Amino acid sequence: MKYSIFSLARAALSGHKNWQRTWRDATPKDRYDVVIIGGGGHGLATAWFLASEFGTKNVAVLEKGWIGSGNAGRNTTIIRSNYGLPGNTGFYELSMKLWERMEQDLNYNTMVSQRGVINLYHSDAQRDAYARRGNTMRINGIDAELLDLKAVKKMMPFLNFDNERFPVQGGLLQRRGGTARHDAVVWGYAHAASALGVDIIQNCEVTGFARDANGKVTGVETTRGKIGAGKVGMAVAGSSSRVAAMAGLRLPIESHVLQAFVSEAIKPLLPCVMTFGAGHFYVSQSDKGGLVFGGDIDGYNSYAQRGNLPVMEDVCEGGMALMPMIGRVRLLRQWGGIMDMSMDGSPIIDKGPVDGLYINAGWCYGGFKATPGSGLVFAHLLARDTPHKEAEKFRLDRFRTGAVIDEKGQGAQPNLH
Amino acid sequence: MRIVCPFCGERELGEFTYLGDAKPARPAADAGEDAVFDYVYLRDNVAGAMSEHWYHSGGCRAWLKVTRNTLTHEISAVEPAAGAGAAKVGA
Repeated sequence: MKYSIFSLARAALSGHKNWQRTWRDATPKDRYDVVIIGGGGHGLATAWFLASEFGTKNVAVLEKGWIGSGNAGRNTTIIRSNYGLPGNTGFYELSMKLWERMEQDLNYNTMVSQRGVINLYHSDAQRDAYARRGNTMRINGIDAELLDLKAVKKMMPFLNFDNERFPVQGGLLQRRGGTARHDAVVWGYAHAASALGVDIIQNCEVTGFARDANGKVTGVETTRGKIGAGKVGMAVAGSSSRVAAMAGLRLPIESHVLQAFVSEAIKPLLPCVMTFGAGHFYVSQSDKGGLVFGGDIDGYNSYAQRGNLPVMEDVCEGGMALMPMIGRVRLLRQWGGIMDMSMDGSPIIDKGPVDGLYINAGWCYGGFKATPGSGLVFAHLLARDTPHKEAEKFRLDRFRTGAVIDEKGQGAQPNLH
Repeated sequence: MRIVCPFCGERELGEFTYLGDAKPARPAADAGEDAVFDYVYLRDNVAGAMSEHWYHSGGCRAWLKVTRNTLTHEISAVEPAAGAGAAKVGA
């Protein structure tokens, strides 16, 4: 069904009893042109772009639980395109532009809110680094403004400006950044893809790959039977190594846990998304009023979807350093998600070394903002067998050749990216 | 998560620093590019019991080899890493 002010009025006048299903919960067919493993934002976006941009409509998305039950439903909903290295800069801006038209494209309210993202700086060196990053963004056609202390004070007068150790000196602001409603993004892509004939199959866990005599992947074995496929794409960040292992691959990825937190609802406070540059703390305020915040990954390999107390304490200390008045706000929820931490902190979107298997992985803790861009470039790769021009550098073999994209300059130590 | 350091006893997680999987071993100097690539970049990324290196940075500063389940965070064994005063505890 198509959503509009008229459909809303019609449903309201009939007591909201006649809403139709947003998307179709399908049962698997024997064969598809493309099978995508993973019914998160990236998998569903890929399916929608395949159907809408590339005319490949015989597509299935397989999800082991329910759609959006992994990292798509566990992130802190931030969208931005403030990356500094070639490869990342253009790709994330492509994604940002797709966020800006997503609601019209999908006919679904994904609550995209361009409220701005500000990264605070606390030293001269950090200001210089942010100035450089802002300049990099601007020469690539992305908006960026370097704010001085006065401008930050005007924007957020409630911050602690008396911090002697880490004084706020200013910030780098991307006004087009902001937040989007993560669950609505998943359902929006499901809604639009399903309408174009994509089969969304839940409770269908992939347990192995079917291969022909030459080793080419010809389908997947699942808990709901064998499904044949012309091509198989995997978008299972968090579990990439486990799925790839079924095809005999080892990836340059470690799975780590990242925690996120929501406070009880308070009155409107934060005008934008804000990051504390001296520690690791970032925060935004949801439309319901809760402060949504997080910090570093816990730092050890984990598939447990839950973290430990030291990081929780560190994150809350970061929050208190910036906004001492939140000390009495109660924490409502806390949870963990499993991050595909790649060896250089950047994603991998490539044809695998195994014929017929396409890999979309390594999103670290930044996959949500990439959702539409990832869908478009992965669909491009699946449909045309050549990388999209904004994803040419996300190759799997870049670790072997040395062409890594390491924003933080940490080297092959995934828990430090 | 708490780790029982063989030198200091049971201590909380915040005292320890993580290095990662203890399995990759530095290849010989003449081992060639493939072996080095494998050592530096590729990981088993184990889902289950994994042997890993932790450093007791907030305590005795010894390197430890910890066997921990990555699905549950349960720690089943802790021993000094090779060369980390292993002789002192008779390991």
